[in-house]
Amino acid sequence: MSLAVTLSHDFGGFRLDAAFEAPGGVTAIFGRSGSGKTTIINAIAGLLRPDAGRIVVDGTVLLDTAAAIFVPVHRRGVGYVFQEGRLFPHLTVRQNLGFGRWFAPRGTHPVDRRRITAMLALEPLLDRRPARLSGGEKQRVAIGRALLAAPRLLLMDEPLAALDAARKEEVLPYLERLRDEVRVPILYVSHAFAEVARLANTVVALEAGRVVHAGPAAEVLADPALFPASDEQASVTLTARHLGDAGDGLSELALSGGRLLVPALATPPGSRLRVRIRARDIVIATRRPEAISALNVLEARVARIGDGDGAGASVEIALEVGADRLVARITRRSLGALGLRPGLACFALIKSVAVGSGDLAAFTERDA
Amino acid sequence: MGDWLTPDEWTAVRLSVRVGLVATLVSLPFGVAVALLLARGRFWGREVLNGLVHLPLILPPVVTGYLLLLAFGRKGPIGAFLEPFGIVFAFRWTGAALACGVMAFPLMVRSIRLSVEAVDRRLEEAAGTLGAPPVATFALVTLPLILPGVVAGTILAFAKAMGEFGATITFVSNIPGETQTLPTAIYSLLQVPGGETGAMRLTLVSIGIALGALVVSELVGRRIARRIAGG
Repeated sequence: MSLAVTLSHDFGGFRLDAAFEAPGGVTAIFGRSGSGKTTIINAIAGLLRPDAGRIVVDGTVLLDTAAAIFVPVHRRGVGYVFQEGRLFPHLTVRQNLGFGRWFAPRGTHPVDRRRITAMLALEPLLDRRPARLSGGEKQRVAIGRALLAAPRLLLMDEPLAALDAARKEEVLPYLERLRDEVRVPILYVSHAFAEVARLANTVVALEAGRVVHAGPAAEVLADPALFPASDEQASVTLTARHLGDAGDGLSELALSGGRLLVPALATPPGSRLRVRIRARDIVIATRRPEAISALNVLEARVARIGDGDGAGASVEIALEVGADRLVARITRRSLGALGLRPGLACFALIKSVAVGSGDLAAFTERDA
Repeated sequence: MGDWLTPDEWTAVRLSVRVGLVATLVSLPFGVAVALLLARGRFWGREVLNGLVHLPLILPPVVTGYLLLLAFGRKGPIGAFLEPFGIVFAFRWTGAALACGVMAFPLMVRSIRLSVEAVDRRLEEAAGTLGAPPVATFALVTLPLILPGVVAGTILAFAKAMGEFGATITFVSNIPGETQTLPTAIYSLLQVPGGETGAMRLTLVSIGIALGALVVSELVGRRIARRIAGG
């Protein structure tokens, strides 16, 4: 699948001028609220008619203001999961799920209803009405409802924003399964760095209506300027290959720029993995340290130094490790004491125990 | 059964119910359409339409009845146009239904319009993204959501139509068996000596029908509300 979007729209005081392409998998549109994220996906869905633009999905033109093409919402085949669910209150969960089925054009790939119902664990909810669902359950139903309409592209507008932390954690695994098991490309709008880092393959970073950075998630999210200073869990996700057992309850992984020892893995040697490394778990040294407990010492180079969070104590440093990017969060004091500057060779130290089992996930073909 | 009312009184009751039902059911689709137009339409003349619809509520009923007579009477422009097609309103029960329908219309439109304005249009957007064309969205999403307002408006209109007096008697007179409905029958009974008992019986019937309509509307409304609230 391919999605190509060029849009410009004037809101009086705010101007959106964005162009990007999404290759497939999960593409996150990432930016602060008010940066124009929802406007973009509303335009793709056909809920908003932009001043000018062109939207092409898999060779089908959905919008081309120059050629006066505007395909109406219901003929776009674009699924939409809204922030507030928008389930039909007068229908049961079963009827909500079946809604799109009546209108799916003949010839589209029939979606396996049972598989989606099982994947989202909707079976026990089928006979309820939306008023009797929790926030997390509502979002799961909304996702199922959108998928069962057999869309060629799924738009998700901050589907977790209305949920509290516990509910977010309840829904996130379903979104990961969605990414890994369903062959529908997803455009995921979010202002939450952690969500984007966990889900996205591709990231389009948006600021004040303009695309400031777009590309593979690992690359874009390692931009210190985008790194959320307030998020203690902020992390970077790398891809690695499982080399095998390294003894002492450890497994060895190959990164593009070195080896990484992590707590033992169940996946077979040779398989590919995603590894999440939190910025605060990385120590930077300018000389190769000796006699330390941290098992992983990776050769690195300082790529960029962030602006930090104003008066705060910490600052983010982007590091190049082979072809990968890491982000380390260190204090301003250390930054000054070590004399870090872009281009400087250094070492990134990562404790093996800092990488928990929740930070390691099997890499599926969808990610390729 | 039935011997507690005289045959003439029965005729008036039956005619009233028929006039009320026909007036309500025929005006219902128009009521929904006009309510949608007024709630959502952005067109020139919307305020004019709004004024026209509400006119019977403000005008003296006799004036409305007289205007109907001028327009739909045999010599009126619309009446004369329709007569060759076999549609006659003047001094027929159909005319009574027309008068009642016109008088009840603003009440029906008001109630439906309020419920249309309460519909979350984002749900209609969601239906669109699921592939539903506008007509299907209306039938499957909008209509079920405005149903409580439609039911309330229909019952209200029926009650109003049953009790309409001024416009009916002005437009189609008070002909027993043709245009004499409950209110006009009560009025006639009160004009003759010894008619009070008949008038009282018909009054009780009126109260019964009105209460029955109210109960039905309450029950239906509650059932719909419970369904939407997910009981």
